Amino acid sequence: MNADAVPGLVAVLAVTVTTIAIGTWGLRFSRTTSDFFVASRTVNPRLNASAIGGEYLSAASFLGVAGLLLVGGAEMLWYPVGWTAGYLVLLVLVAAPLRRSGAYTLPDFAEARLGSTVVRSACSLLVVGVGWLYLLPQFQGAGLTLESAIGAPRWVGPLIVGVVVLVNVMSGGMRSITFVQAFQYWLKLTALLVPAMVLLVVWLDDGRPGSPSGSDGAWSVPVAGEGAIGLYTTYSLIIALFLGTMGLPHVVVRFYTNPDGRAARRTTLVVLGLLGLFYVWPPVFAALGRVYGRELVAEGHADVLVLELPRLMMSGLGGELLTGLVTAGAFAAFLSTASGLAIAVSGVITQDVTSRFVGERGPTASVAAAFRLAAVIAVSVPVLVALLSTNIGVARSVALAFAVAASTFCPLLMLGIWWRRLTDAGALAGLAAGGLGAGGAAVLNLVGVEGSGWGAALLAQPAAWSMPLAFATMVLVSLATPSRAPSHARRFLVRLHTPEVLEQAG
Amino acid sequence: MRRRGHLGTEADRATFRALHQASLASPALREGLTADSAERAIKHLRTLLGTPALALTDTASTLAWDGSGGHHEPQAGALAAMLLAPTGPEPTRGWTRTVEPEQLPCSTAGCAVRTGVISPLVVDGRVIGTVQAYAATITAGLVRATEEVAQWVSGQLELAELDASRNRAMEAEVQALRAQISPHFIYNSLGAIASFVRTDPDRARELLLEFADFTRYSFRRHGEFTTLAEELRSIERYLLLEQARFGDRLQVTLNVAPEVLPVVVPFLCIQPLVENAVRHGLEASDPAKGAGHLRIVAHDRGHECVVEVEDNGVGEDPEKVRRALAGDAALDSVGLGNVDARLRATFGDDYGLVVETAPGAGTKVIVRVPKFAPGVTV
Repeated sequence: MNADAVPGLVAVLAVTVTTIAIGTWGLRFSRTTSDFFVASRTVNPRLNASAIGGEYLSAASFLGVAGLLLVGGAEMLWYPVGWTAGYLVLLVLVAAPLRRSGAYTLPDFAEARLGSTVVRSACSLLVVGVGWLYLLPQFQGAGLTLESAIGAPRWVGPLIVGVVVLVNVMSGGMRSITFVQAFQYWLKLTALLVPAMVLLVVWLDDGRPGSPSGSDGAWSVPVAGEGAIGLYTTYSLIIALFLGTMGLPHVVVRFYTNPDGRAARRTTLVVLGLLGLFYVWPPVFAALGRVYGRELVAEGHADVLVLELPRLMMSGLGGELLTGLVTAGAFAAFLSTASGLAIAVSGVITQDVTSRFVGERGPTASVAAAFRLAAVIAVSVPVLVALLSTNIGVARSVALAFAVAASTFCPLLMLGIWWRRLTDAGALAGLAAGGLGAGGAAVLNLVGVEGSGWGAALLAQPAAWSMPLAFATMVLVSLATPSRAPSHARRFLVRLHTPEVLEQAG
Repeated sequence: MRRRGHLGTEADRATFRALHQASLASPALREGLTADSAERAIKHLRTLLGTPALALTDTASTLAWDGSGGHHEPQAGALAAMLLAPTGPEPTRGWTRTVEPEQLPCSTAGCAVRTGVISPLVVDGRVIGTVQAYAATITAGLVRATEEVAQWVSGQLELAELDASRNRAMEAEVQALRAQISPHFIYNSLGAIASFVRTDPDRARELLLEFADFTRYSFRRHGEFTTLAEELRSIERYLLLEQARFGDRLQVTLNVAPEVLPVVVPFLCIQPLVENAVRHGLEASDPAKGAGHLRIVAHDRGHECVVEVEDNGVGEDPEKVRRALAGDAALDSVGLGNVDARLRATFGDDYGLVVETAPGAGTKVIVRVPKFAPGVTV
C-alpha cells in the first residue's frame, strides 16, 4: 500500500458508510398517524427506475465498457447499446404482463403460467447458473479495482469483496431497499459524469489533441473484423444483450415493487432514459484514453482505464479527488450489483434447496438459518471460480451470462406471455436445449477452451444459435404435446394482457 | 322366477353380510378418526374381517381394541408409532406390513394374538393411523382383506375430512363477515363523529368521509384477496376513527417498507389484528397507566413480507391464545383464529400467525406472507 491508495480507501469507506446510513434511515423511517396516507403510497416509477439502474449498472458497465472501447474500438459500443436496448424489448413485450402475472421471481412466473413444479425447479437451477455467471465478473472487477486503488495482489480483491458482500447480504444491510439502490445509481452517475466533465475541460485546455497513433480507421468500424465471422460475432452479441436483460434475476424482482402493469411500463421507460444518460460517459473516457492512456493498453490494464485516467491527465489534489470519486463509483457498482445478485440467488436456493435441509426448528429460526446457508453457497462458488479461473475480461463474461439468459428465460417469457399453446414439456425441453447450449459454451469459455475460426466464434458468442434453438425446441415440443397445455392458459393470458383501467371499470 | 325372500347363493349372501357390516361401521367413521368413533366402528370391522382381534390406532397410540387378547392393546399403539415415525424406514410407511410373534411378546397361554397384519389409513396422502388385524397365524387372504378394509376406512375418513372442511369453510365465511365490522365500532365511531359536529365541523366531515370509505372497503363483496396497500389504507381509516374517539390515549406508529405494498394478501387479514390490538390491548388497560401505543411494521424479507402488529396493553395468557388459534369459538378473539385459518388455507401451514404475549407484557402478532403463491391474485 502506498500514498496513492489514500483517496481510494477514503472513497470506499465513504460509500460503505453512506450505504449503511441510508439503509438504516430508510428502515427507521416511521410515521405517526398525522401523515398516515404517505405510508401506504407505493414506490413511484421514477424512484423504482433509479433503483433498477442502481442494481443493474455493474462493474462491467462502470469499468468494463471504457476499457473495451479503448482496446476494441467502436464495435464494442454494442455493449452499452445492448444493455440499454434490452429494456426496450422488456418495455414493449414483457414488463407489464410480467407484473400482472403476480410473479416475484422467474421460477414463480414459470409455476404460475405452466402449473408445473418441474419447470419451476429447472428455472431455479437456471437462475442460480445465470446469477453465478454474472457474479463472477463482479468479483473479478472488484479484484481489479482494489488492485488499482490500493495495490493489493489480485487474489485479495475477490476474497475481501466476497466477504463484504456476504456480510452485507446476511446482515440484511441491502435487502433490496429501494432508497439505497436508487442512491447507488445517482452515485455511479455522478462518479462518472463529474470526472468526465472535468477531464473534457482539461482536454480542451490542452488544445484538443487527437490520438497519437493517428489511424482510427479500424477502431471506428462498428462491426468486428474477420469478415463473416466478425459479423456473426457482432450479431450474436446484439442478440444476447437485447434479449438477455429480461432474464436477469435481480432485475426481474424489482418489477414486483411496481403497484401494477402501467407503473411497470413507466418504470421501464424511465430506466431507458437513465441508462442512456449513464452510458454516454464511458465512451468519453475511452476516447480520452485513446489520447492519454496508450500505456494502459500496452500493459494490458485497459479495464482500469476509468480509475487511472484522472491521475494520468491531472496531477495534484484535483487528480486525487477525481480518483477518489471514480473509485467510489466503481465500489458502489460492484457492491450493489453483487449484493442484488447474491440476494436473488440465495433467495432461490433458500426456497428450493436449503429450507428442505435445515430442520423443523420452528419457522422463523429455520428460515433465517436456511437463508444464511444459501447466502454462503451463493457467494462462495463464484468467488472460488474467480480465484481459480483465468481472467477472461469483465464485460465478456457478463456477455456470457446474458447469452444464457437470452437462450433460456427469453423464450420462456416471450412464449409464456404471447403464446397460448406453450406446454410444460415444451418449456422444459427448450430450457434444457438453450441452457445446455449457451451454458455449455460459457463453461468451456471459463475453463479456457478456445477453438479457432468459426468454432471459436460460435463458442465465444453462443446466443445467435442457442437462442433460436431454444425457441424452436420450445415451440416444436409444445406442438407435439398439445394435451399438456395447462387448462388455465387462456384465462391467465387474458389477465396478463388486460390493462388495469379496464379491470377497474369491469 | 326366484322365490321371494331367497337371498341368492352363499357367495351372494357373504357379499350382503359384508356390505351390511360396512354400512354399520360407516356412520361412526364419518365423524373422523377419534377414540369414540373407533370404539363404535371397530366391532363391525372385526366381524367383517373375521379375525380374533382387531385394533384401530392413530399414529401414536391405540384408539380401540376389539376381540381377545386385550392385554396386547398398548403394543398396537407402540407398533403404529414405530412404523409411522418420521425417522422410521421410509419405504415401509404407507404400506401393509405383517407382524411376527417376536414383536408380540406374550406370556398368556393359548393367546390368539400371535401374528398380525398392519395396514395404514391414508387421508389426503397423509398416514393418519392404522388398522391392525391379529390372528394365531396369518394368511395371504387376511393380508388382502385387511388392506381392503383399511382402504375402505380411509375412504370414509376422507369423506369425514371433506365434511369437516366444508363446515370449516362455512364457519370461516360467517366469522369473516362478523369480523369485517363490529356493531360497537359503528356505534362508537358515529358517537365520536357526532361530538365533533358542533365544535369542529370540518373534522366531523372528514371523519364521516373516512367512515364511508372504511365501510365501503369492509362491505365489499367481490374478491378473496387484496393488496397490502389496500388493507393498510383501510387500517389507517379505522385508526383515524378510533383516534377520534380515544384522542391522545391511543398513539400509533406505522413503519411500512414501500416495497411490500403490492403483496397480495387475503382480504381483511390484518385489519382484525389491529382491531384486536386496540380492543384488548388498549380498552382493557388502565387509563391512568398512560397512553396505549400501537405499532404496525411491515418488512421486506426477500421472497416474503413480514407484518407485525404490536400493542403495549394488558397482554393475554398464551394458553388462551393457543386455544383461540385452534379455533375455540368460546373465546373473544374471533379474529385471531379466523385470520390464522385463512392464512394457512391460502399459503400452507408454514404461514400461520405467530403470537408473542404474556399477561401484562403487551401482545405482538406476526404475519408472514409470501410475495408469490400459485393462484393467489387480486
